[in-house]
Amino acid sequence: MSRRTSRREFLLAAGAAGGLGLASVIAVEPARATPVAMEDAIRKVIGSARVTPGRVKLDVPPLVENGNTVPLAVSVESPMTEADHVRAIHVFTEKNPQPDVVSFRFGSRAGRAGAATRVRLADTQTVVAIAELSDGSFWSARADVVVTLAACLEGV
Amino acid sequence: MASALINVPARARRGDVIEIKTLISHVMETGYRRSQLGARLPRDIITLFVCTYNGTEVFRAELHPAIAANPFIVFSTVATESGTLAFHWTGDNGFSVTESARITVE
Repeated sequence: MSRRTSRREFLLAAGAAGGLGLASVIAVEPARATPVAMEDAIRKVIGSARVTPGRVKLDVPPLVENGNTVPLAVSVESPMTEADHVRAIHVFTEKNPQPDVVSFRFGSRAGRAGAATRVRLADTQTVVAIAELSDGSFWSARADVVVTLAACLEGV
Repeated sequence: MASALINVPARARRGDVIEIKTLISHVMETGYRRSQLGARLPRDIITLFVCTYNGTEVFRAELHPAIAANPFIVFSTVATESGTLAFHWTGDNGFSVTESARITVE
């Protein structure tokens, strides 16, 4: 079915092209990571191991007013003995300039596999926590956070 | 320069899991911000925090620019014996601070 391009289609196409042009201008300086970059960062830290969702508790407020300081707590239920403990919990973000946030490393003497800190979030995004257990398994949790005022990217 | 605040229970029973809170003053400049003149502000962050209990490492955190200014870290350990908990922060531009706290275990 062939017919002349309507005004509406033409404008849509032009708009898309304009949007692409704008996107490429912005892309000159990648100011944020992407879900792909986060996946790469995760692989760099944990290698090719398989990650199963579950067991990890990731506590971040679902709605944040100020992304400059966001309370974040992670924990895993574990007996924390020499034979069965959590080696580390890593935290990543999707859209911060750099996907890595923090790596907490525990030994059997930590008593409890959990830690808390305050992080910066550059945008409304997903935060991922991955726990590394002494038996070599990996577990993960994700949390979606809505950020009103973004961190990191504004000038001084 | 940098000042650290540490919260460790002064005494604990043997085998108890104690919670430790640490706070240190530091700008944690991300390296992604620009000044008004457009110059990129160089990264200046704390990259590593280590806690040792009578010389044995019990907890470690590797920090990245996404940690908020004045890093606040909460973690826990098992009270095994009386002694000293040492806290060590290291970072960019030769940043290095060590603090310690005494704990009595009965």
